[in-house]
Amino acid sequence: MINKVVKNADEAIKDIKDNMTLMLGGFGLCGIPENCINALVKKGVKGLTCISNNAGVDDFGLGLLLQTRQVKKMISSYVGENAEFERQMLSGELEVDLIPQGTLATRCMAAGYGMPVVFTPAGVGTEIAQGKEVRKFKFNGTEKDYLMEHAFDSDFAIVKAWKGDTAGNLVYRSTARNFNPMMAMAGKITIAEVEHLVPAGELDPDHIHTPGIYVHRIFQGEKYEKRIEQRTVRKK
Amino acid sequence: MLDKNGIAKRIAKEVKDGMYVNLGIGIPTLVANYIPEGINVELQSENGILGMGPFPFEGDEDADLINAGKQTVTLLNGSSIFDSAMSFGMIRAQKVDLTILGAMEVSENGDIANWKIPGKMVKGMGGAMDLVASAKNIIVAMQQVNKAGESKLLSACSLPLTGVHCIKKVVTELGVYDILSTGGFKLLERAPGISIEQIKNSTKGKLIIEGDVPEMVI
Repeated sequence: MINKVVKNADEAIKDIKDNMTLMLGGFGLCGIPENCINALVKKGVKGLTCISNNAGVDDFGLGLLLQTRQVKKMISSYVGENAEFERQMLSGELEVDLIPQGTLATRCMAAGYGMPVVFTPAGVGTEIAQGKEVRKFKFNGTEKDYLMEHAFDSDFAIVKAWKGDTAGNLVYRSTARNFNPMMAMAGKITIAEVEHLVPAGELDPDHIHTPGIYVHRIFQGEKYEKRIEQRTVRKK
Repeated sequence: MLDKNGIAKRIAKEVKDGMYVNLGIGIPTLVANYIPEGINVELQSENGILGMGPFPFEGDEDADLINAGKQTVTLLNGSSIFDSAMSFGMIRAQKVDLTILGAMEVSENGDIANWKIPGKMVKGMGGAMDLVASAKNIIVAMQQVNKAGESKLLSACSLPLTGVHCIKKVVTELGVYDILSTGGFKLLERAPGISIEQIKNSTKGKLIIEGDVPEMVI
């Protein structure tokens, strides 16, 4: 087995440089690579372009990289719940490219599947269609317009899984899966941080979500806060 | 005039046995509380759940298990988890039978705006553009009149669009409307105690009223 294990987050991100493009897994604060984000804050790399569905909250997740002004551009689908983000965006300090959530997922998927473009109906007739090629296709019995969307091109993908093995195979837990599998497939270099790192052979091959071929570096995160954004409960 | 729960209750009557349903944030989320007994549906949450259950009991919250509104939820028996590409794949391929979402404005030709107020609020579209572009059956749950008393059922949307020619049904605090393919809001039902006159005054787009319009039963 090829061994993908690195010591920690600092080692995993050591060659991430200023002005690079990063994909970061997670939906809201669920399934985000907490340890790598903290390591990026510590390292102080600047001018980053971050592809991530959301931008964290003010004091957690990607919000930490925004506080320190390390992000030049965000490519996301939803960025509410982050006052600092809104301030930087409205003042023009931060470039923001908002794209539909399914388009975001599919542009990651296209990169991982080796397809330069995909066609999706999301955003036809809206401002996000401006400057994009539109084509008519007949599909499922109806003809309609589709936008041509390009596969993402990123330097690094940073994902978080529940379990991983030394060969880089990954298993996600519950909705912490979200964007992680397709981002893992899409990175030129993919870094996976996991809650539990096990020896190759311990994970059932039938249960692997991301095969190790997509993962270049793996480590067990030092600690996980796993903050809940909206705690909603019923009384017993 | 219906409150938010009233709107949700009326929409719940549109949910049929065997449907896969995606509920948006806000009023649509409340619809889950009013689905009649004996009607079996599976709720889809676009962050990657089919078979979503209610909020967890206090102390059972799981940070790894949230819905598209980032609220802690539970899974019902027979549920499944998948990634975001598959989630929007099933939406695009029209496997989801019914989509219920909120709106800031809807136009008489079925356009919807619900993601951006230029210069004021830019939170992003999330999954809304994907949903409205692909869903075959969309119901909009919304307030018909804003805080300033202005109608949000318009001849043309003033805000940046989320999708075009995609909305076929709207339920508001005042009534239920079909949006005709030829254009116009056709009034199907009035909310309890609401007069035709009130509805006329609160609809800026083309309103179509044919014969006696019944009061809704909820």
